[in-house]
Amino acid sequence: MSTEKTSAETLGRKSSDVILKDVTKIFQQPDTGKEFTAVNHINLKINDGEMVTLLGPSGCGKTTTLRMISGFEYPTSGEVLIGDRDVAKVPPNKRGISMVFQSYALFPHMNIWENIAYGLRVQKLPLDEIIKKTNAVIDMMQLTGMGKRFPNQLSGGQQQRVALARAVVIEPSVLLFDEPLSNLDAKLRESMRDELRALQKRLGITSLYVTHDQSEAMAISDRVVIMKDGNIMQVGNPSEIYAFPNSRFVANFIGKANFLDGTFIGMDGTTAQVKIYDQTFDIPSPGKMDGVKEGGACCLAVRPEGILLSAMDGRLQGRVRRATYYGAKIEYEIMLHEQPILVEVYTSQQNKVFSEGENVFLSLVSNSVRVLA
Amino acid sequence: MTDSDGSKASKTNVARTKKRNETRMIMRQPVMMITILAVIILLILFVVYPLVKVFLFGLTDENGGFSLANLVEIVTTPKYLATCGRTLWLGFIVAIISTFIGYVFAYTITRTNAPCKKFLRIIATMPILSPPFILSLSIIFLFGKQGLITKSLLGITGNDVYGMTSLIIVQVMSFFPVAYLTLSGILQSIDASVEDAACNMGANRWHTFWTVTFPLSLPGIISGCLLVFIQSLEDFSNPATIGGDYTTLSVEVYQIITGSYDMRKGSVLAVLLLLPAMIAYLLNKYWVNKKSFVTVTGKPTQARKMIDDPGIKWPLFIFCMIIAAVVILFYGTVIFGSFVTTWGYNYAFTLSQYQRALAYGMDSLKNSIVLGVISAVIGGMFGMVIAYITAKRTYYGKRFIEVASVLMFAVPGTVLGISYVLAFNSKPFVLTGTAVILVIVFVFRNMPVAIESGTTTLLQIDNSIEEASTILGADSGYSFRRISLPMLKNAFFSGIVYSFVKAITAVSAIIFLVSPKWNLVTSKIYTLFDQAKYSQAAAFVTMMVAILLIFIGLFNMVINKVLAPKSRIPAGAERKTEESV
Repeated sequence: MSTEKTSAETLGRKSSDVILKDVTKIFQQPDTGKEFTAVNHINLKINDGEMVTLLGPSGCGKTTTLRMISGFEYPTSGEVLIGDRDVAKVPPNKRGISMVFQSYALFPHMNIWENIAYGLRVQKLPLDEIIKKTNAVIDMMQLTGMGKRFPNQLSGGQQQRVALARAVVIEPSVLLFDEPLSNLDAKLRESMRDELRALQKRLGITSLYVTHDQSEAMAISDRVVIMKDGNIMQVGNPSEIYAFPNSRFVANFIGKANFLDGTFIGMDGTTAQVKIYDQTFDIPSPGKMDGVKEGGACCLAVRPEGILLSAMDGRLQGRVRRATYYGAKIEYEIMLHEQPILVEVYTSQQNKVFSEGENVFLSLVSNSVRVLA
Repeated sequence: MTDSDGSKASKTNVARTKKRNETRMIMRQPVMMITILAVIILLILFVVYPLVKVFLFGLTDENGGFSLANLVEIVTTPKYLATCGRTLWLGFIVAIISTFIGYVFAYTITRTNAPCKKFLRIIATMPILSPPFILSLSIIFLFGKQGLITKSLLGITGNDVYGMTSLIIVQVMSFFPVAYLTLSGILQSIDASVEDAACNMGANRWHTFWTVTFPLSLPGIISGCLLVFIQSLEDFSNPATIGGDYTTLSVEVYQIITGSYDMRKGSVLAVLLLLPAMIAYLLNKYWVNKKSFVTVTGKPTQARKMIDDPGIKWPLFIFCMIIAAVVILFYGTVIFGSFVTTWGYNYAFTLSQYQRALAYGMDSLKNSIVLGVISAVIGGMFGMVIAYITAKRTYYGKRFIEVASVLMFAVPGTVLGISYVLAFNSKPFVLTGTAVILVIVFVFRNMPVAIESGTTTLLQIDNSIEEASTILGADSGYSFRRISLPMLKNAFFSGIVYSFVKAITAVSAIIFLVSPKWNLVTSKIYTLFDQAKYSQAAAFVTMMVAILLIFIGLFNMVINKVLAPKSRIPAGAERKTEESV
């Protein structure tokens, strides 16, 4: 532990915040010639030392955003500020930032030591300083003794560590991650994810992480940015986003959600009243309810674990169409009128297990229900 | 680029916008920008300018005014028209025969399990590395007035070996490897399962060949024909030495310029030679290659089942072995001839040919090696630079670099020689008679192979590797030196070897450019032919073979030593890591 601490201290901290101001990127499709807005007037601030994840389906603009911060793409309009400096038109090698690539992009003809020292050699630091810093990072990343190996002689996890070491050794003001874990198998991905987060916290480097894996995004970030079609849909810390999604898209993209269509009757204090299937439900914390009008259509967004099942009582009645046993939980698909509803029941060993075809009653855990347009 | 068609116009607009954006990106990288500008200037100076000069010179009179007189005179002179006809006819015949032989070799090697395939492969590729004159020499040794076969074996005296038949034999042997290389590439890349499918549907081997294999390899066949045709057109050393009365264009140009010093007529003839060569080159590059059906999927296909049917295997094998025997006979004859006292009379062993040859042209041999090495190294590096700046970017002028940098490859050597004489014998660029002009000719003529292999390598390297270098702070020059160049090792090596071989075996390109001070071995050998000192020429040629082999080995060693990945870490660092283990 003590060596790790000193290693971390060997690296200075030059971190700074990142601000995107009204950034737009328009590409022209090479085949059709049509303009395509990859990123549409987005504003985002990444605080100093914070880890922010860009999350979204492919083509949502998350990679383009990352590449504009890295400098491999220049924005069509808008400002990119790193610290106080507008870098929108500064080439990548002059930005003082660093990046971990999806394919790791280790230099195949250099050994591990030289791979990691590369950025320091570029800066033409005195050799003893290069040695000091490189060795510190090698120790910190538990790569001690592997300096002379070549990238193709390492396992996937080790290659990942080298890529990370190479990125942090130059003490970047911002660290960018382009889906760095997608090449690893599931088990390794989880442990590398935790390792990566621990390192980021310890060094306190401002980080932007791009992924399409929502559980990875939840686990790793201070804040998550959900993107779709070049727009930012929602920004918030993982639990906010999960508990208070502001749209069906976000609710569906982060975790699973059921949407029960109904009519918004009105507010009773802070409690919203919504009518579904001719019954009125009181929703104590309905969320922001953007775009929901009194007397208009709305829906209730309910997480699969926000529904309780019972054989006797509940306000909604349905029939079990499918029950899947997962050990820790049972997942039911229940037909509520014509609509399939997903329900997850944990502590499955204590609850009654329903079988397919059985009739069940559903009740909503009202605190976890949100009202969306 | 002046499309009025709506969709096409917008397409060009898009391409332009993209190009403009990327051009802007590049302008922010000073090293990159300076390199691109320097390359463009060099290409204009040493590729475009000389070629323009040839055209202009052919179309002007003594006073510099525009005139078609030279062109008209050439076109209306039956002698020159006949020369054009002979050149094209020879090219056509040689292309057909060479491609046929190349195809048989390629098919035998890729499709049957005939024995000695490695040997056949060597036979079918070796002549590419062979010095010029070697086959002409041996056909004279074998079938000439003092010929081993004609005179000593068959007792025919005064056989005239010079003429079209000899020319065809010699050119076919020189150029069938070109067709073989193209065709074996194509045949190998045809997915085995396609042929298997035809077989499964009941087609016999013969039917499968004509309905599947042959049509699929047709682009390769045409490509092979065109490439051989170009080679035959360009060839100077063979028609000049054994063509006899069968004069070809390149020889005619040489005779006009050295005989009557008529540079203008020479320029017109050079243009006449350049046009068919250019057309064949462009046809191959832009038409045939697009027609290719071969798709590379990157998916490993199952191993091909080799043909074992004796009725197919043995005839093919015997055909190849006969060609191989002829190739060996020809090369062997020259080596043998270099150790013989007087060919045709006294076959006693002697080293005197070598002594005389060296006494006569030791310095030219040295020049060839020195200039060959210099130009190969420069050309190899320059080729890597061009590959690097063209492989993965778009910007204004990129297309020009791509085209101009490989243009000299398609230009017949004779034309190249004249163009350089015209461009660099007067102010502002007086280079004729120097070693510099020879190096420049070699660099620009032989660079395309380096560019091509460099480009292929770069396209295979993941973009993010270079991005990683950039984001770590390296500018494009540093990235090139530390990242791309080392990974281009193999491409660099093949470029250097090719450039070196081509430089020291070049004849037509340098024949006008050598000077008494800077003479080269090939032009010396050509002089020996004029004096009928064939055994001395044989000694020279044999030495050239040895030199080529030695230098290829040497280059290989140097490249591996200099650029091999070294697993070294600084001394201080090592001690520390050892401790903390």
